[in-house]
Amino acid sequence: MIGIGHYVTVSSILFVLGVLGIALNRKNVIIILMSIELILLAVNINLVAFSSFLHDLTGQIFAMFVLTVAAGEAAVGLAILVTYFRDRGTIAVDDVHNLKG
Amino acid sequence: MDWSQSLRLVAPEELLSVTGLFLLLGAAWSKGRNDARAVTWLSVLALAVAALFVAPAAFSGLSGARASAFGGLYAGDAFSALAKLLIYAAAGASLLVAPAFFEKARAMRPEYPVLVLLAVAGMGLMVSTTDLLTLYVGLELNSLAAYVLAAFLKNDNRSAEAGLKYFVLGALASGILLFGMSLTYGFTGTTSFAGIAAAMHGGLSNGALFGVVFVLAGLAFKISAVPFHMWTPDVYEGAPTPVTMFFASAPKVAALALTMRVALGAFGSQVSAWQQIVIIVSLMSIIVGALGAIGQQNLKRLLAYSSINNVGFLLIGLAAATPAGASAMLVYLAIYVAMTVGGFVAVLMLKDKDGNQVEALADIAGLSRDRKVLAACFAMVMFSLAGIPPLFGFWGKFVVFQAAVAAGLLPLAVLGIAASVIGAFYYLKVVKVMYFDESSGIAVGKSDWVHQALLALAALFISPLGYLLTKCLGNLANLAAASLFHGA
Repeated sequence: MIGIGHYVTVSSILFVLGVLGIALNRKNVIIILMSIELILLAVNINLVAFSSFLHDLTGQIFAMFVLTVAAGEAAVGLAILVTYFRDRGTIAVDDVHNLKG
Repeated sequence: MDWSQSLRLVAPEELLSVTGLFLLLGAAWSKGRNDARAVTWLSVLALAVAALFVAPAAFSGLSGARASAFGGLYAGDAFSALAKLLIYAAAGASLLVAPAFFEKARAMRPEYPVLVLLAVAGMGLMVSTTDLLTLYVGLELNSLAAYVLAAFLKNDNRSAEAGLKYFVLGALASGILLFGMSLTYGFTGTTSFAGIAAAMHGGLSNGALFGVVFVLAGLAFKISAVPFHMWTPDVYEGAPTPVTMFFASAPKVAALALTMRVALGAFGSQVSAWQQIVIIVSLMSIIVGALGAIGQQNLKRLLAYSSINNVGFLLIGLAAATPAGASAMLVYLAIYVAMTVGGFVAVLMLKDKDGNQVEALADIAGLSRDRKVLAACFAMVMFSLAGIPPLFGFWGKFVVFQAAVAAGLLPLAVLGIAASVIGAFYYLKVVKVMYFDESSGIAVGKSDWVHQALLALAALFISPLGYLLTKCLGNLANLAAASLFHGA
């Protein structure tokens, strides 16, 4: 029988993968955007699983809001990335170091 | 549920979002800089009207069921009203300083005021939230607008880089916060703050404890508290100065008010679970903010570390976890907004003889000879940030430490005061560079009258005359704190 513990384990693994993807990635900003999506989807698994186990609809409605905002976030992120690329001609993470101190 | 009451309570957010959308539509047809100026002035007007909407709640101490809207998703109580007044004031100031700055950079577009309005509507939701769902929507509305604002100067690669960094770390913070919220929901069975507090009353399960820690970590990112502060100096330096001024004032107020609502409201029945965390975070913020600023050569970076330092002092009030602590935080926030606005307006007024912005500490050497009044006002802001009496910044620190001592946190107060001495070193270094160093003759340019008026206003507020306001400010803050604890 698959219980709530299994769902939380899977979502925690996805969440950690997402955070590591942001922290360890040295190549490309697009991968960071993908990691952010991974984090948000891990949260959605949590919300929907809890919602089903608690017999409470709030979690599923919350998940819809998260999906909507994630779409907006990706749009804004890509727009900023395009501006950045126009200035620098690169989106490698190692090159993002003009501001330092 | 009474719909008319709900709609009346969210009137400020309705006004700001509808005005924002209409102005955005207007902006699509606009051309030239006069239209952009008109949109700016209309936005300031909308903020002023919204302030009139919320002022009665702040002065009457509205709380409880009469302030609750949409079945407990939103509270238009005295606490949120006072926080909104501060946010509107800070946002209004960052709108007013913008035209002179952006016109010089040939980047004055009407999108700037529109984005600020939308961000402010999101902040209004943040400070009024009594449910995790409202919290998330408000926070993202604010953050998405803020990411774009940071990257507003499209042709300046420092601005684009600031936007990129802010976006990546902000999205990560939202993810952490959201993960915490999902755990909190799962292990307490509800998203409403009152329900969470009731469910945690009996005891805290391991899952819920993880939820609390993740939520607080996400919020610490948003208020740029150590150890989640690393984005602050980069973003503050890279973003256009009016935007930096906005970031350092309005969203700080909103995120701190939100942290108070979450910690004292939703997690209010388990103070012992988070009090240690807040104490450590606050001490680290004070120390790292003070030490990090010492070697800085860029004034905006220096002010960024100063804001990290100030967040540490504000969190001392939160660690007290009493109505007196919450009230002290609000008083400190009001003074902090005035000091921040004053500091950044002063930076905006530093220009060379061709009117280009000057940001380096070395370039303002001997400013007291070239620009006497500006140097005096800037020095006053610095003394006030260092908390030196008789300036008003001292009062903010005083009430916060008083609340901490009353709550039995004497060691925290002692360490905080000791660490504020380190902070005084770099604030006074700026004054020394302006008054005692050989004049560099660089920052001699003239400044805009709006900037002068705003700086004069901020300087008046933080001058010893500000103490005339302590009673009024204290009363408002007490009413607000009472409504915060009444709702919990």
